[in-house]
Amino acid sequence: MSDLRLMKGNEALAEAAIRAGCQGYFGYPITPQSEILEYLAAEGRARGMIVLQAESEVASINMVYGGAGAGARVMTSSSSPGISLMQEGLSYIACAELPCLVVNVSRGGPGLGTIQPSQGDYFQAVKGGGHGDYRLLVLAPSSVQEMADFVFDAFDLADKYRTPVMILADGALGQMMEKVTFREYNPAEHIVAKPWATTGKPKTRERNIITSLHIEPEMMEQINLRLQEKYRLIAENETRCEHFHTEDAEYLIVAYGLAARIAKGAVETARAQGIKAGLLRPVTLFPYPTAAIRRLAETVRGVLVLEMNAGQMIEDVRLAVEGRVQVRFYGRMGGIIPAPDEVLVALEGMVKEDAAQHEEVY
Amino acid sequence: MAIRGNVSFDIETCKGCELCIDACPQESLGLSGEINAQGYHYAVLIKDNCTGCVNCALVCPDAVITVYRENRKNEKVPVARISNVTRNLTVTIDDERKNP
Amino acid sequence: MERHMISPDVSGLACVYERPGTLTDTPFHYCPGCGHGVVHRVLMEAVDELGIQEETIGVAPVGCSVFSYNYLNIDMQEAAHGRASAVATAVKRMLPGKYVFSYQGDGDLAAIGTAETIHTANRGENILVLFINNAIYGMTGGQMAPTTLLGMKTTTSPAGRTVETAGFPLKITEMLAMLPGVYYVSRNSVHTPGAVRHLKKAILKSFRYQKENRGTCFIEVVSNCPSGWKMTPLEANRWMEEHMFPLYPPGEIKVPQ
Repeated sequence: MSDLRLMKGNEALAEAAIRAGCQGYFGYPITPQSEILEYLAAEGRARGMIVLQAESEVASINMVYGGAGAGARVMTSSSSPGISLMQEGLSYIACAELPCLVVNVSRGGPGLGTIQPSQGDYFQAVKGGGHGDYRLLVLAPSSVQEMADFVFDAFDLADKYRTPVMILADGALGQMMEKVTFREYNPAEHIVAKPWATTGKPKTRERNIITSLHIEPEMMEQINLRLQEKYRLIAENETRCEHFHTEDAEYLIVAYGLAARIAKGAVETARAQGIKAGLLRPVTLFPYPTAAIRRLAETVRGVLVLEMNAGQMIEDVRLAVEGRVQVRFYGRMGGIIPAPDEVLVALEGMVKEDAAQHEEVY
Repeated sequence: MAIRGNVSFDIETCKGCELCIDACPQESLGLSGEINAQGYHYAVLIKDNCTGCVNCALVCPDAVITVYRENRKNEKVPVARISNVTRNLTVTIDDERKNP
Repeated sequence: MERHMISPDVSGLACVYERPGTLTDTPFHYCPGCGHGVVHRVLMEAVDELGIQEETIGVAPVGCSVFSYNYLNIDMQEAAHGRASAVATAVKRMLPGKYVFSYQGDGDLAAIGTAETIHTANRGENILVLFINNAIYGMTGGQMAPTTLLGMKTTTSPAGRTVETAGFPLKITEMLAMLPGVYYVSRNSVHTPGAVRHLKKAILKSFRYQKENRGTCFIEVVSNCPSGWKMTPLEANRWMEEHMFPLYPPGEIKVPQ
């Protein structure tokens, strides 16, 4: 039964977690995402979920490890500084190949920062904030509807690949209220067999060990090769992006999450002014839609990357573009959300510069 | 008359820590002059007066000791207690090592 | 696995003690005389006697016992340093019908893991926390621990621990005993046959209390570290009796009324 509701992003995400059959939530309050813990403490508990307010984010992520290792569908959520605390745990979870969902409702940083939204955790999320060669599968919602939808996807992907999945949102998405419908989803139909879980060793099998300790380098290399093969498969099968007016675009904006919404406004205004602008919105940040951007780089005249940080995703855009076309950056930091007008100005600037260079050639 | 007992040692796993020797109230245990493959002098019975009190096995950090004791009450007791039926335990009595 | 037993004539004798089948066949890597081996053995004897091998899940710490999952024939999880009780909390919350224990050393439990230890106990999680206290960090080569005695020489207190530099030995067990969520607290050792028997009783009690959902059971085992203390196992046990027991006296610290 799908119903239409008006909800805050954080609450929509929490409601989706309940409907996705999440069995355990372990978290700690931090602005701007405490509503997730609070909603689950009330609604989740009432509907059978184990909801535990842990003593810290460190404890939270280790509880996720334990619960996931025991075969349960578990998650946690936090915001930037708390996610920093979880990095050790995420490295362990990735190496032990445990499925789970981790939500980062990002705020401005670095340090204690601000409670206003930002996209400053891109590197941390996508390049592996914890130690070692691992990646998180990262989904970047851009609306309250996606805050809900991606929860179902995240749990299924986590189980499919036995890997931690992160939803990388920001404080604005967490706090804004929009219409949301929850998909039909019967958790019982999405249960995956977990013969590797520590549920108590019956006589019929050897003991299961959940660990990331592999002291012999030969063994550690094998583990790493297995992880890398997994990430390659994920990249092959799960890359997602959204094309907005890219078919005939001459100037491309690349942006994710909240920035993508703002960029859409700028693209529409630019189009009305006769600029053939388009937006490529990565939905999975890992795996990154490199191929889609590379294809577009062959036909557009310029790329503008819009981020709410000092320039993080732009590096992945540059890697994808591989020098075919100039990549420019526009961003705001410290929790400031750029207005569509600012983005339009940056876009127009790119168009003007391109025209000037174009003339010089002749 | 004292109760008769006996002990057997997994001499390859013994690390010669001597805790069993110290725990034995009968002073029945000592270290062999031989070493095992790990290089440890392993524990052995040096006297004939073991009572099967289990003290040695209780303090052994490597669980290398099996203890036997005569049963005077004439209860029916099994020859050995098998606690995990899925595990194959082979006890090899090596006659050449009987007198180290 | 074939064992090379020296086995004199045992005809007419009953076997009254043997290595529990709930240990794997893998020989322990612990130093000769180390208390870890005895605790592993006693723990698995208890699991064996209660018949709960199929329902027990253990959480191993970082420390000398990091490889305990190679020795204990039950499902186990390896935790990050200090986090074993948080991991065990979640395992028990998700599988409340199983027996769950964490097995931790003094650094894991009382330094890096202090917050998790206290809060797990404060929540009264229905688990057994086994705390092996040898007043030193064995695995990393003998550094000072929170429970290191004043004046005790370690690699990071080479002139002996002083209050000015390092504060006092931390009596974490007594602190935890004050928490209402903690149901049973016992301090034991494994250096004599009698002490070993006491430990086994404490472990059996703890599993029984866990079945009855009484709250956290906490057993500290005051133990030795022959390598770190630079003594023979026998010397280490004597030293432990003489120097550690005055500060960490064995006994039942908190028993149910």
